[in-house]
Amino acid sequence: MTLQASGGGIMLAIVIMALTTYLTRAGGVFVMARVPIGPRVERFINAMAGSVLVAVITPMAVNGDWGARMALVATVGVVLLVRKPLPAITAGILTAALWRLVFQG
Amino acid sequence: MSQDNASRPTFHHLVSGFKRMAPLSMFVIVFGLAFGVAALQQGLSGLETLMMSGLVFAGAAQFATLELWGDSIPLIPLVAITLAINARHLLMGAVFYPNLRDLSAPKRYASLILLSDANWAMAMTGTTPAERLGILIGGGVALWTTWMIGTGLGVIFGSAISQPERLGLDAIMGCFLLAMLVGDKRDLGVLVPWSAAALAALAAMTWLPPHAHVIVGALAGGIVGLLMPDRRGEIDS
Repeated sequence: MTLQASGGGIMLAIVIMALTTYLTRAGGVFVMARVPIGPRVERFINAMAGSVLVAVITPMAVNGDWGARMALVATVGVVLLVRKPLPAITAGILTAALWRLVFQG
Repeated sequence: MSQDNASRPTFHHLVSGFKRMAPLSMFVIVFGLAFGVAALQQGLSGLETLMMSGLVFAGAAQFATLELWGDSIPLIPLVAITLAINARHLLMGAVFYPNLRDLSAPKRYASLILLSDANWAMAMTGTTPAERLGILIGGGVALWTTWMIGTGLGVIFGSAISQPERLGLDAIMGCFLLAMLVGDKRDLGVLVPWSAAALAALAAMTWLPPHAHVIVGALAGGIVGLLMPDRRGEIDS
């Protein structure tokens, strides 16, 4: 199945892509509204909440350069120290920039 | 009913969520700009590029499907790649569901229109359902606005920042999500499901098709969390 770009095909494809994306945003809620949430389901989704982010971040640490890895280390260090996200993110970005400045000149 | 009102966000909650996300959302301008430039180079018009950013509002999927936009557009790869990359939203929505339980169906599904990684992650740090909903929706509006501003700047001015990685800007999303993840958690028990999630994601990156790692990692972490003994002793099931 292909759409021709001319004659509104691109707009139709954009709308299809947008609807597909919205289905992923709404789908999890649609299912959960029909599942009885007992303590086991609750523990599952609580553990999954952090795990989603861990799984999103993992390739950044694995595929990234040492600047990106040190940025993640700095972020964790600062957020554990001061418990505020913005200083931690700032420290991470600065670390990546400085690391690359020094080691990749 | 009054107990329902406690979980319904007021206008104040939305404004507060918008303000909390506003500083970070400034960085999204850079990503939007990069997308605007890349989409024009792929042959999309400025209007089409803006429509895509506005309606789809999913940067990773928009970048990943860019090469499909030619004289003819293959629909099945377009939908398949979009589904694979955005499937993490299914899990994020499922996790967020308890905050939407007391809303009517139209409000519930309207609240999810702007769900994305950053506002979901920040919303999960909220303490009440109303606060979390305020961050999800208000923060989503902040991110959408800057994403559109960035896309528009990219369409108009072209490549202003040629090497965002030199400035460390590529590290923003990882650092942000990590800061949200760690937050003020001091319970080492979370390291068990998180380690399982990281290992499963690594295994999926090695052996499974692209983009499967988020779902595999998240489900592995969830299952390990389910199997762990509940140390608070509140649940005897």
